[in-house]
Amino acid sequence: MSNTSHSPATQSAPDSGFGRFLRATEIDPRLLGMVGALVLIWVAFEAYSTLILGRPSMLLGAAQADANGFLTPRNLWNLSVQTAYIGIMATGMVLVIITRNIDLSVGSIMGMVGMYMGLLQVDFLTPALGLGHPAIWVVTVIFGIVMGALIGALQGSMIAYLNIPSFIVTLGGLLVWRGAAFLVAGGKTIAPMDDTFALIGGGSFGALGRTGSWIFAAIAVVAVVWGVVRGRKARTLHGFQQRPVWAEWFMGGLICAIILGATAIVNSYIWPKGNIKKYYDQLGLPVPDGAEFGHGYAYPVLILIVVAIFMTVLMTRTRFGRYVFAIGGNPEAAALSGINTRTMTVKIFTLMGALAGIAAVIGSARQNSATNAMGNLDELYVIAAAVVGGTSLAGGVGTVYGAIIGALILTSLQTGMVLIGFGDGSYQRIVIGIALVLAVWLDIVYRKRIK
Amino acid sequence: MVTRTGTPLVELRDMSISFGGIKAVDHVTVDLYPGEVVGLLGHNGAGKSTLIKCLSGAYKADAGQILINGAEVDINNPRDARAQNIETIYQTLALADNLNAASNLFLGRELVGPGGFLDDSKMEAETRKIMARLNPNFRKFNVPVSALSGGQRQSVAIARAVYFNAKILIMDEPTAALGPQETQMVAELIQELKAQGLGIFLIEHDIHNVMKLCDRASVMKNGQLVGTVDVNQVTDEDILSMIILGKKPAKAA
Ligand SMILES: Nc1ncnc2c1ncn2[C@@H]1O[C@H](COP(=O)(O)OP(=O)(O)OP(=O)(O)O)[C@@H](O)[C@H]1O
Ligand SMILES: [Mg+2]
Repeated sequence: MSNTSHSPATQSAPDSGFGRFLRATEIDPRLLGMVGALVLIWVAFEAYSTLILGRPSMLLGAAQADANGFLTPRNLWNLSVQTAYIGIMATGMVLVIITRNIDLSVGSIMGMVGMYMGLLQVDFLTPALGLGHPAIWVVTVIFGIVMGALIGALQGSMIAYLNIPSFIVTLGGLLVWRGAAFLVAGGKTIAPMDDTFALIGGGSFGALGRTGSWIFAAIAVVAVVWGVVRGRKARTLHGFQQRPVWAEWFMGGLICAIILGATAIVNSYIWPKGNIKKYYDQLGLPVPDGAEFGHGYAYPVLILIVVAIFMTVLMTRTRFGRYVFAIGGNPEAAALSGINTRTMTVKIFTLMGALAGIAAVIGSARQNSATNAMGNLDELYVIAAAVVGGTSLAGGVGTVYGAIIGALILTSLQTGMVLIGFGDGSYQRIVIGIALVLAVWLDIVYRKRIK
Repeated sequence: MVTRTGTPLVELRDMSISFGGIKAVDHVTVDLYPGEVVGLLGHNGAGKSTLIKCLSGAYKADAGQILINGAEVDINNPRDARAQNIETIYQTLALADNLNAASNLFLGRELVGPGGFLDDSKMEAETRKIMARLNPNFRKFNVPVSALSGGQRQSVAIARAVYFNAKILIMDEPTAALGPQETQMVAELIQELKAQGLGIFLIEHDIHNVMKLCDRASVMKNGQLVGTVDVNQVTDEDILSMIILGKKPAKAA
């Protein structure tokens, strides 16, 4: 820190070794808080299941097959899949909330889009193309995303051009689309979905496998290293102050370690025996002795990763993202700078709708059916995820990665409660409700302190 | 001094705009020649900001014409104004508080690199250059402008208006939050820009600055134009009495 005048305003950080470390690495202390909370939750559930329920823990040396606490490959893998669709929608909700809007309709959009996708497959595509035709899943996915986007565009237009508050428009949407979802098939469940389509929902067959996951991890690690090198070059070009070299590589190394660790975990979750047999039966082969498959990254998680990268680039590297922040910071200033705030609103809600469409694809693929209740109350989890992840309801502030960590925290609480036997919805809701209020309060306290 | 012959750079003809029942601007006509500074004066609420907002595209006038170099133009939004090389420093500064100085300076006109991605490093470098000229003490490039002092924020707003090579500059109380040294720098900047041939509308309450910087002064009261005077031909007392009494001095009529 030779040239303090250029460093960001973290003067409030105590000038201890840790404060200097934070400043050098430019880690947002709130990110640290979120990750800390996540780790705490995970450890607490594991400790409860080991100490109170007396279940074997892998941390204490139990075999994977025996362990059924929180920190097992199976549970963490399931957690990743469940986080995926909430996380996908939360990345869009960040934009909505940054621009001082809200979208209460995403759960209902999921429900209705899911129903129409089911209807499309069962009543039109399968009869027309034949069972298992490869175009079925493609058409269904495109249809779902486009339908979600159109609904979002409709709501966004009403907010932007009719000046109806987003709270009202999307509250109306919450009721309308849920009602419509029921009417699509008179409340009946549509099943089953196309086999290929169902893979998008995850499961043993809907995952990347061990080799694929390692290749994926290797590409990600290379990308991180490239990002660090390129970032330094761009800053050097203009002669700006650099983060210390050790800090850059520490951060890069940390991210790589997380990628590799996560890959090792999802790969160590082995296929159940039934699926191995099914696999060899399909090949017409006998099951060899000692056959073992690891799951690797589930497809919904890969979709989440792609969405997260896309949304992060959109928010941090493009004009569109810059305008989202500007509108949130000062709508009047944004308009005076020539930003068309109305078309921005329409675009943001269209994007949100498209993401709800993607979530509907994953949700109905995962259930292998379309039900009119799908996505019920998910809008609240999505909003909570964005807010727990540091998005400010006052507008102007929020990050995509924060929303995903927020989704991970909420899903951890939800699945953890089920795991330790508080599966009935009431306890889950109480815990998540308290967590939401607590998270926002801590954020307020933190912001006051840095002022 | 400024030669006021030929077509004016800007002509606002018979402009009117009202909000609800209030006639904020009531049949006002003002003009501006290249290399000229025209002061807009008047009591609080006289309609100065509203008038220039019709030129900057923030408002659409109910009636009246805007002529640039003698040709009538349609200014429906801030983008239209920018396309006419009109830059504005708003009284409210119009900064997005959550963005840093560079993001605000280039807001709506971001520099992009290959692939259309924002070139933040380039924008910061350009911002450093212009700030070095306007406010050499400015250091806070990497914080949101909400963390800046009033004067620092004002210098960001000024930098934004100056950076894009305006032909017509609108400055709505540009020195309101500035210290004496910074005010002096803005005064020098105005003289420099004037020498380059820009036309400047300057809204300013300090009569000494008006006498020093402006070629002409247009005084407004209750939305109406009291009159326009040549600053060389009147005293500051004359202008003050125009502002307060709403009447043009006899000798400058
Ligand atoms: N958006 C608006 N809606 C309603 N009334 C407005 C609006 N903008 C301005 N007015 C009114 O128009 C009149 C002129 O306001 P304006 O801001 O132009 O005054 P001003 O001459 O710039 O004053 P000041 O010196 O205080 O900046 C005032 O009576 C004000 O209340
Ligand atoms: Mg004003």
